[in-house]
Amino acid sequence: MTIDQYINSSIGRKTVMAATGLFLCVFLIEHLYSNLLLLFTDGGVAFTEWSHTLVHSMLIRLIEIFLFLAIVLHVVQAIYITKQNRESRPVKYAVYKVDQTSSWFSRNMGITGSLIFFFIVVHMWQFFVPYRIMDTVGGEGQTNVAQTIKEAFHNPWFVLLYVGSSAFLAFHLNHGFQSAFTTFGMNAKKYKSLISLFGSFFAFVIIGLGFSIIPILFYFGIAGKTF
Amino acid sequence: MNLTLKIWRQKNSKEEGKLVTYQVDGISKEMSFLEMFDVLNERLVAKNEEPIAFDHDCREGICGMCSMHINGRPHGPWTRTTVCQLHMRAFEDGETIVIEPWRAKGFPVIKDLMVDRSAFDRIMAAGGFVSVNTGNAQDANCLPVPKADADESFSAAACIGCGACVASCKNSSAMLFVSAKVSQMALLPQGKVERKDRVMNMVKQMDVEGFGNCTNTGSCESVCPKGISLHHIARMNREYLLANITE
Repeated sequence: MTIDQYINSSIGRKTVMAATGLFLCVFLIEHLYSNLLLLFTDGGVAFTEWSHTLVHSMLIRLIEIFLFLAIVLHVVQAIYITKQNRESRPVKYAVYKVDQTSSWFSRNMGITGSLIFFFIVVHMWQFFVPYRIMDTVGGEGQTNVAQTIKEAFHNPWFVLLYVGSSAFLAFHLNHGFQSAFTTFGMNAKKYKSLISLFGSFFAFVIIGLGFSIIPILFYFGIAGKTF
Repeated sequence: MNLTLKIWRQKNSKEEGKLVTYQVDGISKEMSFLEMFDVLNERLVAKNEEPIAFDHDCREGICGMCSMHINGRPHGPWTRTTVCQLHMRAFEDGETIVIEPWRAKGFPVIKDLMVDRSAFDRIMAAGGFVSVNTGNAQDANCLPVPKADADESFSAAACIGCGACVASCKNSSAMLFVSAKVSQMALLPQGKVERKDRVMNMVKQMDVEGFGNCTNTGSCESVCPKGISLHHIARMNREYLLANITE
C-alpha cells in the first residue's frame, strides 16, 4: 500500500489528526513556557530574550514551518472528515439519544476546533503579525513585546476572549489527547485510565489554567508591574 | 398496556418514508417488543392494511437481525439487549414509542424497518476469514493458545454483526464491527497467517461502503448488545498501522 492510499484511508486520516494534534500539544508546552516567563519581575527581560532567541534560531524557524503545516493538515483533515461523517447518514433520525458515556465536547470537536481556529487568527493578527511580519513591535526604539501584551490585556474583552479560548482548548484536548493514543492503538487496559487521567490533567490544569492565568494576572495588575 | 407507536413506513428503497402513528391496546408487559409487533401486524392484516416489515430471526438474542432504533437508541432503552429480548415492561402504559430503522448510508432501507446490511457481508468477504486449512476439530492442547488471548478473541467473536454500533455512532462509523472481526482472528494462531492482508482489505472495503470515521466517543460500545469493547478499535488501528509499515 502506498503512503497516499494510507493517508486517504479512514484510519490513515485519523492517524494524521492524532499525529498533528500531538505535535501541536508539544508546541503548546513551549508556548506556555514562554508565557510564564512574563511573570518574572525582571522588567520583561527573560521573556524578551527568550523570544529573541526563538526568532533567531534556525532550528525554530524550521520547526515553525512544520507547525504551520500541522495546523493546516489538522484543519483540512478535520473539514474533510466532518463532511464525510455528515454524508454517511443522509436521512437523520427523528429521535436520537446518546448514552451518557461521552461528553458534549467529545462529540463536537469541530465546534471547539473552529472556535480555536478563529482565536488563532485573532491571536496571530494581534501579536505575531506586528512582531514578525510588519516589524512594528519589538525592534529598536519600538514598544517591546512584553509591553504590547500588557497593554492588550487591559481590555476586558481580550481577557475574556483569551480565557474563553483557553477553556475551549482545554475541552478540545481533554478528548483529543486520549483519543490520539487510541488512534495509535495504545488503549490497553493497564494504562488506558492513566492516559485519560494525564490527558485531563494536561488539558485542564497545564493548558487551560496555564494559559488563562496570564491575561487574568495582567488584567488585575498582578503581573507586569516591572514593565 | 396502551401505547402510541410512531413507526417508520417506507414502501421501498426508492421512495421516501415517513413516521406513521398507530394506537395499540391490550399489550401485555410480559411480551417481547417483537411479539408486540406481531400483534400489531395481525391486527393490520385483519383490517386489510399492509403489515410492517421488520427483520427478525432467532428471537433469542443471538442473530442480530432486529434493526430497530427505539426512542432514539438502537435496540431500545435496555443495555446489552437485542429487540427480541426487550420486554414491554421497559415502557410505561400510555407511552409514545418512536421506532425507526438503522440510519446510515452503508445500510440503505429495504422496506419499513428492514435495512440492507450486505455491506457487512462484503467487508467480511474482503478478509474476515481464515483460508489456511485448519483440519478437523482437534484436541484443545494440540495448538497452544494462551488463555488471555483465547478469552480476548472470544470477547470479540461475540459480535453478532447487528449494526447497532453504526446506528448509534454520530458518524455512522463501522469501526467497532470491523475491529471485532479483525481482533477475533488476529489473536489466534490460525488467523495470524493472513493478519496483515486481512486488516488492510477489510478497512479498504469498509471505506468503500461509505461508513463514517471514528472519533472515539464510545457510543458504539455503550449500545453494543454483546458488549464489544472500544479497545478492539485500538487494536485494529495498531494492526493497520503495523501492516502498512511492514507490507
